[in-house]
Amino acid sequence: MKFGEFGGRFVPEVLIPPLEELEEAYSKFKDDGEFRKKFDYYLRNYAGRPTPLYFAENLSREVGAKIYLKREDLLHGGAHKINNTIGQALLAKFMGKSRIIAETGAGQHGVATAMAAALLGLKAEIYMGSEDYERQKMNVFRMELLGAKVTAVESGSRTLKDAINEALRDWVESFEHTHYLIGSVVGPHPFPTIVRDFQSVIGHETKRQILEIEGRLPDAIVACVGGGSNAMGIFHPFLKDDVRLVGVEAGGKGIHTGKHAASLSAGSKGVLHGMLSYFLQDENGMMLDTHSISAGLDYPGVGPEHAYLKETGRCDYVTASDEEALEAFRILSRLEGIIPALESAHAVAYAIKMAEDLGKDGVVVVNLSGRGDKDIGIVRGG
Amino acid sequence: MIEKSLIVFFTASYPTPEKTVEFMLTSANAGADVIELGIPFSDPVADGKTIQESYVKALRNFRLEQVFEIAKAFRKESETPLVLMSYYNPIFRRGVKAFVEDAYSSGVDAILVVDLPYDEAGEFVELCSDVGVKNVFLAAPNTPEDRLRAIDELSAFIYLISTYGVTGERDRVSELAFEALKRVKGVCRKPVAVGFGVSKAEHVRQLIEAGADGVVVGSAFVRLIKEKGKHATAEIKALTERLKSCLI
Repeated sequence: MKFGEFGGRFVPEVLIPPLEELEEAYSKFKDDGEFRKKFDYYLRNYAGRPTPLYFAENLSREVGAKIYLKREDLLHGGAHKINNTIGQALLAKFMGKSRIIAETGAGQHGVATAMAAALLGLKAEIYMGSEDYERQKMNVFRMELLGAKVTAVESGSRTLKDAINEALRDWVESFEHTHYLIGSVVGPHPFPTIVRDFQSVIGHETKRQILEIEGRLPDAIVACVGGGSNAMGIFHPFLKDDVRLVGVEAGGKGIHTGKHAASLSAGSKGVLHGMLSYFLQDENGMMLDTHSISAGLDYPGVGPEHAYLKETGRCDYVTASDEEALEAFRILSRLEGIIPALESAHAVAYAIKMAEDLGKDGVVVVNLSGRGDKDIGIVRGG
Repeated sequence: MIEKSLIVFFTASYPTPEKTVEFMLTSANAGADVIELGIPFSDPVADGKTIQESYVKALRNFRLEQVFEIAKAFRKESETPLVLMSYYNPIFRRGVKAFVEDAYSSGVDAILVVDLPYDEAGEFVELCSDVGVKNVFLAAPNTPEDRLRAIDELSAFIYLISTYGVTGERDRVSELAFEALKRVKGVCRKPVAVGFGVSKAEHVRQLIEAGADGVVVGSAFVRLIKEKGKHATAEIKALTERLKSCLI
């Protein structure tokens, strides 16, 4: 299953059977009544769905268009990640797996995985680049408190990409009893589809809510893109609608400096982590170190469906710099009393930019994918 | 391409391109039947610590051209078959056609791409066959029969990984390897080489006795280079001879 030429299953032969097992289990369970019932139950009663679609009145007055925030930051754990971890942990359970492994960058997906594992009685091991491990000690402690084992990864650039490498190495040994709970719409098929499906609850709710409030679809939806799961989740139910969909990548210190993580805006086609997609790489095909003020966007690749949506022109991909994200972080905090995750602040930054062109009748939905408590130290330090 | 063969793996440009050529020639002259040349990669998900570290060091001063230069220099001095081992991205990035042509003109006999299962390899296999480079595909203990048949069809020989895991030295060959070898030999017509965790004379003896057509030893050699650096030549010769003596 591919998205145009993107996606695929570029993995060592040994991983083909576990991927086929996963695909089979997923197609069996996704429409299974019992599975759906449990998934919906936990989304509602454990994670806190549906999340509000909040009209940001003060911000709207300030910038000129109507800006709505999809409040994924209000979910248990403080980010959209829990939608996917509950779904996949349930799937792992239905498949008879006793252990889950995951990668994490800043720690949001690791924490959401540890929560789902605790909830469903699964063993969890989280791989985290040693650099992130040091930067995000609080999240390490949270994961451990939730019963997960956290393993610092010393190889490569010691960040998210290397955590994925190490999780894959674990999975090659452990797939018989372990599910790899990947945290974004990346990896070999069927992961990008599974994660998108579990996250698309964001878009389905948004559609219902905006129709209720505004009586029409929005002019645009804006979401930040690292691997791209929150963006894919809110975009997907709108792909066939006349709505502009904008993904905002991490522009870091500026594209021209090379210190960024904008693989769609500044990268090229490549193959890593089981997928053909866009990557930041050198002329020898080696992956480059990336930079973003938000660890959640600090990844040299992007989900293959985004690559496809860029190629077909259905979605637009732009960047916001560290500085613009910080500015948006402060604006939203002050005007609305909402502290956004630095990741989500990239989307807020671009929505503010867009608002001017749309005018006061324009309607923009921003996916506020996470809350910013985790980033206070970074913002204060910077 | 192989028959009771010792296949020895070296990381390209580790510690330098010149030394890699010297190590390859030393091993070939000491009895290695096939040399496997690994292209270093930034994200080697199928490799354990030893080979990972060699890749990190090799990449400090790396250009892909070095791989072809190494192959050419080796081919000038030796007729021993040469297999390139790579992750897919360096090949994809260069352009599959250009890569395969460069490999061919550098004297490479076959290419094994670790993360390119045959279902994704249509274009690659076609180009290799047009140019005249053979393919080697991986098989694993969990590879089902229909896939083994397809792999058999496309491969010069089959590279069977001995266990569920990454490359690296291990104390013993797992039971899984012997079971898998028996099953793969039952299905496939092409020769079968066993690799991953094969590092000792005893491993080589056991696997050949169990019907393997070849064994691949990598991390044990790479570790020698890590320990002895540029002075590993004598030890590479000795280890090659020791392993080779188990095949005769």
